[in-house]
Amino acid sequence: MNLTLRIWRQQGPTVKGKMVTYKITDISPDMSFLEMLDVLNEQLIMQGDDPVAFDHDCREGICGMCGVMINGQAHGPQQTTTCQLHMRSFADGDTIDIEPWRASAFPVIKDLAVDRRAFDRIIQAGGYISVPTGTAPEAHATPVPKADSDAAFDAATCIGCGACVAACPNASSMLFTAAKVTHLGLLPQGQPERNDRVVNMVAQQDREGFGGCTNIGECSAACPKGISMETISRLNHDLLGALRAGARPKS
Amino acid sequence: MPLELFTVGEPIADTKAPTDVPIGERWSERKFRGRLVNPANRRKLTVIVVGTGLAGGSAAATLGEAGYKVKSFWYQDSPRRAHSVAAQGGINAAKNYRNDGDSVHRLFYDTVKGGDFRSRENNVHRLAEVSVNIIDQCVAQGVPFAREYGGLLDNRSFGGTQVSRTFYARGQTGQQLLYGAYQALERQIAAGTVEQNARTEMLDLIVVDGRARGIVARDLVSGEISTHFADAVVIASGGYGNVFYLSTNAKGSNTTAIWRAHKRGAYFANPCYTQIHPTCIPVKGDYQSKLTLMSESLRNDGRVWVPKERGDDRDPRDIPESDRDYYLERLYPSFGNLVPRDIASRQAKNVCDEGRGVGPGGLGVYLDFAEAIERLGRPAVEAKYGNLFDMYAQITGEDPYAVPMRIYPAVHYTMGGLWVDYDLQSTIPGMFVIGEANFSDHGANRLGASALMQGLADGYFVLPSTISSYLADGPFEKVDDSHPAAVEALTGVQEQVQRLLNINGNRTPASFHREVGQLMWDLCGMERTDEGLRKAIDRIQEIRQEFWTNLKVTGDWTSFNQTLEHAGRVADFIELAELMCIDALHRRESCGGHFRAESQTPEGEALRDDENFAYVAAWEWTPEGQPPVLHREDLEYEYVHLAQRSYK
Repeated sequence: MNLTLRIWRQQGPTVKGKMVTYKITDISPDMSFLEMLDVLNEQLIMQGDDPVAFDHDCREGICGMCGVMINGQAHGPQQTTTCQLHMRSFADGDTIDIEPWRASAFPVIKDLAVDRRAFDRIIQAGGYISVPTGTAPEAHATPVPKADSDAAFDAATCIGCGACVAACPNASSMLFTAAKVTHLGLLPQGQPERNDRVVNMVAQQDREGFGGCTNIGECSAACPKGISMETISRLNHDLLGALRAGARPKS
Repeated sequence: MPLELFTVGEPIADTKAPTDVPIGERWSERKFRGRLVNPANRRKLTVIVVGTGLAGGSAAATLGEAGYKVKSFWYQDSPRRAHSVAAQGGINAAKNYRNDGDSVHRLFYDTVKGGDFRSRENNVHRLAEVSVNIIDQCVAQGVPFAREYGGLLDNRSFGGTQVSRTFYARGQTGQQLLYGAYQALERQIAAGTVEQNARTEMLDLIVVDGRARGIVARDLVSGEISTHFADAVVIASGGYGNVFYLSTNAKGSNTTAIWRAHKRGAYFANPCYTQIHPTCIPVKGDYQSKLTLMSESLRNDGRVWVPKERGDDRDPRDIPESDRDYYLERLYPSFGNLVPRDIASRQAKNVCDEGRGVGPGGLGVYLDFAEAIERLGRPAVEAKYGNLFDMYAQITGEDPYAVPMRIYPAVHYTMGGLWVDYDLQSTIPGMFVIGEANFSDHGANRLGASALMQGLADGYFVLPSTISSYLADGPFEKVDDSHPAAVEALTGVQEQVQRLLNINGNRTPASFHREVGQLMWDLCGMERTDEGLRKAIDRIQEIRQEFWTNLKVTGDWTSFNQTLEHAGRVADFIELAELMCIDALHRRESCGGHFRAESQTPEGEALRDDENFAYVAAWEWTPEGQPPVLHREDLEYEYVHLAQRSYK
């Protein structure tokens, strides 16, 4: 396949970026999207040009490190991670636009790589169960109905890639936060901190500068792990309950 | 073996396990005899932890919780991305929830046997004991393990065992366990006990008066190279399987932290022990950047076969039962498709070498679910393995529900690593090594679902107990960046990155990485020979020479430069590759995933030589031009008797 790539090049967070066009030839349809970028970068290095910076690691769809806007869609035309998108999804002669995640809470580091540490800070605000090592009760002491466990698992599969934020017109991180609130809130282990968790995590995402959720649903449509909008309903339900019960975010 | 390839030094003994009490009491006894640090003194002590996978993340969280000051380092943007996240199948624990005859002793026995009698009994027993606490800890953290309708935990079986002791979270067990550890770590970061250093790579170890006292690290975004100090350093940077270029490891996984610590004096043990995983998606083209494995748990229901006749290129669905060879079931009737990984891998290679392999290049075997789908129904198969099937379809563009999957062995996990004693301390006092970065628990082959167990055992339970014995002598004399050892280490790192940038030759880091990786796969992979290994060593020396004269890295080191990062890691892989070949060459026996063609039984199985090789090979670094020094640690088998492994 022969392709025209238009890629966002930006030297650093404070430097103005622009789209740059590259022609690339002999691309196999079996290549992953990132392997196609590898081929481009090998060429750029050999020409003495600066290769395109992009984040990636496991390349098997689970670490959540990769992620770019491809023709305006988070992770491209299929509902999967960028590393699991294959060139067979494109046609010979296509022009492909490649840009970084677009959200002010995810500042650009260089080219296609962005800083997503805001997600970690949301987790720090309450996305855990407080259980010091070695103090846990015997695992079978607390049975969990299979349906609850399965639903918790579905929410727990969020990989924190940031596609939800990038896809959302408001750059809201609600789906990410809701996935964690749902995962822990569905399990008996998560009950003691349930109210505090939701108010603190929501407060933190506001502090990070993510936009508000207006239930558009682009997040879930772009999510490579299929996290459902139902988690957002659950978050809203928990938040209301927590506020009524008097829970207030830590300052 | 000619003397010029290595010399032999003093044997080493690990004396920290209290061998004067029975094996089942040794861990408790060690904990009792070890010294403690009073909680008020812990906050005066600083520990650096490099890596945030299951081992490093759980260790940093636990030490922070205990009250130590922890500095945590990782190269990704978030600790949630450490490669433990990709482990699919499960985690073993001797809970005996299935009442099928499991026990701590049986898990211990299976692991020692599965490791082909090249692991330490004391360490493995401790691992089996601690396994039960890990499950409790993770469940309490909210890890959503698979459950039965009655609300209790479900289990499945894995290769090399006849009991169901593997706990799992669909095909994403590593992910869920890692998120548990990550969340515990983030909680400590919020509490202020753990200092975070994201996108930061350790590039050297600072040793002061013989003790590990800090690291040199590069901030991968700003490029800044700086020194960090502590009373002890814990390395949890994972394995080095990416030396093969194509592997199931994350692209960023590397050997730099452990290799540079090795060059500072830490012995490197059993470097040639690589685990080849039998069920990976076969290689497709020469652009390929990584291999994806399919969980071993698929072999619970999938049947492995190839055509009986070579050159049979019919559609697999058109090949009748009478023309198929279910070779694992035929050769190993007791364990069938669930033989350990080294054996399944080797037999796959054998049938492909016979010309009976399937798919492009004849490098593949079928993993067939047709019978399982007929027996259980498609929904049941989907429920158990759905995400793995989807992943296969995504990568290959084929529908595994309709056509059998094609699989082939691939490099997966390294059992070698830095040498540690029973306390998990390296030969450099004050430097501890945990998880895949050390060598200690898996012997010459790792049983499935044991890696997650070891990572969490080390991080949650073992290291936090043993490190206190060392730290009880601290805090040590204050060291800062003006100390000559720190200046020397920092300058050395700066000079190396500048040197990489100055070469300005004609080959990219990736092209060297591919070349050395292919060489290692061909000559130091699943099957090795004396002749091949010698050839590899000669060639690696040439590659190393060319690397330092013909490398091309663009940009500078004072900014975000991924090519430079890769170049530094490839430099280390090349040096490690040579040591791996020397280790493989000197071990003239077959064991586990290390198959020496010269040493096999009449049936073609791996033939160990316990008389001459029942030891750990711990290698000491010597300055360039000098051969490395081999230190042997004899392995004693008191409770599991040395025997030829049989899975028939």
